[in-house]
Amino acid sequence: MGQFQFEIGFSILLLLLGYFFGRHAEKRHFNSIRQREEEYRDILSIASKVTTAEDSAKPGMLVTGSVVISVDYFKRFLALLRTIFGGRVTSYETLLDRARREAILRMKEEARSLNADRIFNIKLETASISKNAAGNIGSVEVLAYGTAISRVNQGGF
Amino acid sequence: MLISNLEIIPGKEITQHLGLVQGSTVRSKHVGRDLMAGLKNIFGGELVGYTELLQEAREEAVERMKQQAQAVGANAVVNVRFSTSSVTQGAAELFAYGSAVILR
Repeated sequence: MGQFQFEIGFSILLLLLGYFFGRHAEKRHFNSIRQREEEYRDILSIASKVTTAEDSAKPGMLVTGSVVISVDYFKRFLALLRTIFGGRVTSYETLLDRARREAILRMKEEARSLNADRIFNIKLETASISKNAAGNIGSVEVLAYGTAISRVNQGGF
Repeated sequence: MLISNLEIIPGKEITQHLGLVQGSTVRSKHVGRDLMAGLKNIFGGELVGYTELLQEAREEAVERMKQQAQAVGANAVVNVRFSTSSVTQGAAELFAYGSAVILR
């Protein structure tokens, strides 16, 4: 009986740890994402391949940004509950949203260091990196890549 | 060697297509990083070790693709794509592919 109680107690401890630390980390991350999105607003990311007369006639340069983010214990528990009732799994939605935006921001950082202000033909690639025994997604990797090109008479690529 | 994920390179002309070139690598992380990732699975947040690992692996895949392109005499790889797949628990394959061309 003692062992059973210990296991229950341990699970609750993990849930609480996940809830408090995970929530704090997510909030901080979202704040940082919003701030940096504002900062990199002048770099346009374009999903098309066709450059215009405004863009420089130089070949451009491949830029990438990637991030691996893990969901916390509490959210994983919530997602497990969701699979019983069905519906939107908000805990994974926010995870993927964070990961995509972070990857795009890192790509833009690289573009800025190359002095480019347009990124063409953006592709996003998502992969689940680790799964636990129950088959739940532990963490996701998102890769964003595109071709950085600067405007006419701006130097750079 | 120019690596780009556009099909038509601004200001350049493709004079010859040399076919598909590819590079791939399968990487796993060491136990220490695995342990840290286990902790992060409780607290949530970015797994910096994994991000670095995959970044390095991707660079290596691109490097191998470049070598292949050089071997066929290309001076650029266009329309490059990346793909990631987890092969087994704790190992991931990074794959890069594109068309080798001669640009003028």
